[in-house]
Amino acid sequence: MTTPDVSSDAVLERHGLTRDEFGKIVSMLGRQPTLTELGIFSVMWSEHCSYKSSRVHLKTLPTTGPRVLQGPGENAGAVDIGDGLAAVFKIESHNHPSFIEPYQGAATGVGGIIRDIFTMGARPIALLNSLRFGSLDNPLVRRNMAGVVAGIGGYGNSIGIPTVGGEIAFDESYTGNPLVNVFCLGISKADEIIKGVASGVGNAVFYVGSKTGRDGIHGATMASAEFDEKSAEKRPAVQVGDPFMEKLLLEACLEVMRTDALVGIQDMGAAGLTCSTCEMGARGGAGVEIDVALVPQRETGMTAYEIMLSESQERMLLVAKQGREAEVQAIFEKWDLHAVRIGVVTADGLLRVKDHGTVVAEIPNTALTDEAPLYRRPFTEPAYLKEAQQLSLAALGTPAPAADVFRRLLASPTVASKRWVYRQYDHVVGTNTMVMPGMGCGVVRIKDTRRALALSVDCNGRFVYLDPFVGAQLAVAEASRNVACAGGLPIGATNCLNFGNPQKPDIMWQFVKAVEGMGAACRALDIPITGGNVSLYNETDGRGGLPTPVLGIVGLIEDSSTVVRRLFQQDGDVVILLGESRPELGGSEYLKTMHGLVQGLPPALDLAREAALQRVLIAGAAQRLFKSAHDCAEGGVAVTLAECCFSGTPGVDADLAATAAEAGFGDIATLFGESASRAVVSVAAGREREALDLAGKDGVPAAVIGRVGGGRVRLSVGGRRVIDEAVDAAERIWDEAIASRFERTVA
Amino acid sequence: MKFAVVVFPGSNSDHDAHYAVSHPLGEEARFVWHKDTSLGDADAVILPGGFAHGDYLRTGAIARFSPIMADVRRFADAGGPVLGICNGFQVLLEAGLLPGAMLRNDRLHFRCEFVNVRVEQNDTPFTAACRPGQRLLMPIAHGEGNYYADAAVLEQLERNRQVLFRYVNAAGEETRDANPNGSVRNIAGLCNEARNVVGLMPHPERAAELAVGGADGLVMLQSAVHWFTRRAPAAVAVARSSSLSA
Repeated sequence: MTTPDVSSDAVLERHGLTRDEFGKIVSMLGRQPTLTELGIFSVMWSEHCSYKSSRVHLKTLPTTGPRVLQGPGENAGAVDIGDGLAAVFKIESHNHPSFIEPYQGAATGVGGIIRDIFTMGARPIALLNSLRFGSLDNPLVRRNMAGVVAGIGGYGNSIGIPTVGGEIAFDESYTGNPLVNVFCLGISKADEIIKGVASGVGNAVFYVGSKTGRDGIHGATMASAEFDEKSAEKRPAVQVGDPFMEKLLLEACLEVMRTDALVGIQDMGAAGLTCSTCEMGARGGAGVEIDVALVPQRETGMTAYEIMLSESQERMLLVAKQGREAEVQAIFEKWDLHAVRIGVVTADGLLRVKDHGTVVAEIPNTALTDEAPLYRRPFTEPAYLKEAQQLSLAALGTPAPAADVFRRLLASPTVASKRWVYRQYDHVVGTNTMVMPGMGCGVVRIKDTRRALALSVDCNGRFVYLDPFVGAQLAVAEASRNVACAGGLPIGATNCLNFGNPQKPDIMWQFVKAVEGMGAACRALDIPITGGNVSLYNETDGRGGLPTPVLGIVGLIEDSSTVVRRLFQQDGDVVILLGESRPELGGSEYLKTMHGLVQGLPPALDLAREAALQRVLIAGAAQRLFKSAHDCAEGGVAVTLAECCFSGTPGVDADLAATAAEAGFGDIATLFGESASRAVVSVAAGREREALDLAGKDGVPAAVIGRVGGGRVRLSVGGRRVIDEAVDAAERIWDEAIASRFERTVA
Repeated sequence: MKFAVVVFPGSNSDHDAHYAVSHPLGEEARFVWHKDTSLGDADAVILPGGFAHGDYLRTGAIARFSPIMADVRRFADAGGPVLGICNGFQVLLEAGLLPGAMLRNDRLHFRCEFVNVRVEQNDTPFTAACRPGQRLLMPIAHGEGNYYADAAVLEQLERNRQVLFRYVNAAGEETRDANPNGSVRNIAGLCNEARNVVGLMPHPERAAELAVGGADGLVMLQSAVHWFTRRAPAAVAVARSSSLSA
């Protein structure tokens, strides 16, 4: 074994550290780091762990509020939902691994976010996901998507946490950059939230869960003959998930947490043992000393470097109160798990790593966490923007007949039914699922209370591409509008910011503007962001996917018996359009599907109007006035009305007021324009006045546009019938669009 | 009435079964850990859904060796009512308490959706409150629910009226399209020859309340109460005492 020169360009490059960062390490330590220390710094100072490019901007987001019990900085955020309970939730990405190995990449993404939730002492009760893929015409994309869906199902179904909702959108730009964002929510007692802290000098540090292997070790060590010939063997960079082990960990950890013998606990996710030890120490203002020789190992001959950097799945680090160790160990033994004492909490604030008693690393915890580098990366408006924002409808020629466009949009994978996907997810385990996938946003009841939670994840990357500031606001608006449609008051948000390479000033500009927009929208709608995740470098061969800041929103429904779903209920019910329709086709599904364009300005958004609309939706649900509610998104009000008829409801006959648009695009803009802050609701015949008054009181434009019934989707513009399609036929197009691509692949 | 819900490592519908019994049904439910050796004074036993022991090797294959299974077998042999749901059904097959085996779903995908099943027989502890031919809408959630048995076993199942549930469409017809997993003869559930051990792939415990998608499954649990209180308390008492004395 040769000792490499840790300061050489080659070694620094493999660790993703700059010369300046190395200089900072030397000055913090007052000496050259050991190779193990360099590895520890490299993962903790990586973009993924340190948020070094994003942190200065994330700090501008609103994170506090009367309901916030835990904001950013812990394993997950938490908000008070009444009845002495807390909703603990977070969204996280697993984009890169899911591109390399779709099944395991997606599965371990699910595993990771579930651990974040139960680590806080909450029992996970719902999963959602937000996925992005390239075109389904591409067989590689289909294979990738099939693997991702199977992986999400494989993990969530086994561990027994229902996948109750989500969203999927398609765009060629995601071909080499699929996005796999997974959201998990759990419930805990509000005063029993567990934190990832190490404190109490002399308390034992325990390791529990899967053994540590060489999987997922920092890319730096993969071809590392010059570091250590014994570790030359290449290992997959993607970890392999074991939902059974995680299920045992989940049950055992929740049982241990009920004993009060625990000081703190953290899962070993990214950067594994390194991250969990130094973060717990830093949070508790304490030191942590461990001996890697005591860490259960799956392979022989692992070095301290490898053990500290391994990202083997399903592992937890916990600190037990002195004198209570046996109690903790006994609970793990019940579940056939072995809690192994690998170290102790110290007073010196250092992360001290020993290997058979010999110190191999000694670093102040805060040097790895709070004092990690921060960058204000330069940003400039992208060159593409001005041109992309120009849209001339006249240049598109005469539009196709509305009825043809309608069918094409129903068949667009972004609009079409996702049944082929969610049928592969167990969405009923736990017996809390009140709204089935495809019937609105996910809604889960909270057992032993009257309450329920409405959950939605949303983002339209096209809008963000065309105007990051407004696009991110629209993402907040859509996600919160979705929970409001079900009757949920938005009380908390988590974000997953998927962008390209932040070292490119135009990408950084997208990021900065999107964060500004998100912050402005969340402040205006009074929704604190309690945590989340940033995924940068979503680029392949220098080409990135659409900028995609996904919002996960939690909405509180006070009386679960008032939950509103998407479907029209009964012949004769009155259909009302809330909000204002303008001729806005910029960034629309229409332009993409019919003309292959991502062009124009996204729909304008007035946050005060959005807030008013959501108040009306929530009040209409609570008063049992609205029998159905569905927001207008991709495909405009025509698609919204059709979706309210799927599956098998009585149909709709509606007449929309024409919106003026240039060059003969009036009908198209009226039917398929994607103006923000709109929703379609239905009320029992005779209650329309009540609904219009409710909207009017809050200044929300509202118009009766038609009635439920007739077995057909009949849409007129200004009294002129333009679409007349049997519900069954329309639904078949919508239902088979995605499934048929995969059935063909399988056959 | 006291229901024991057996918890294997990897059970994930154990809480669902416990909740359905204790809340909508309103009877007593208690968890029994798989390493325990006695069911105690239970009047009925539920083997819940999940992926016991990770379903490594084959679904249900390792669970049959769990310590509690000896007492489950003794309870069943003595006539006590035993219900295996989904993974619990798979465990019963592996343990030989019910005949046949499970294959992967014919489309090879995990499948979760509400399906219709037709009640074929109502002379068992878990169908006693059903009308013959009654259609029940309940969710399935499995990757290996493709029931298989050879011709001789099938003939015996039919002759003994052991097929309790078949997948049907909304009109109550046994069609290929209504069969979500490729099960032979659309079989969704069956009982043993003595009729006290019942297994099925759909989840009645997850269809016990309208608020969460449907209440059709509750009738199966009500059946157990009906059967227990009206028809065979003596039989259960025998099963229980044999268990306690073990």
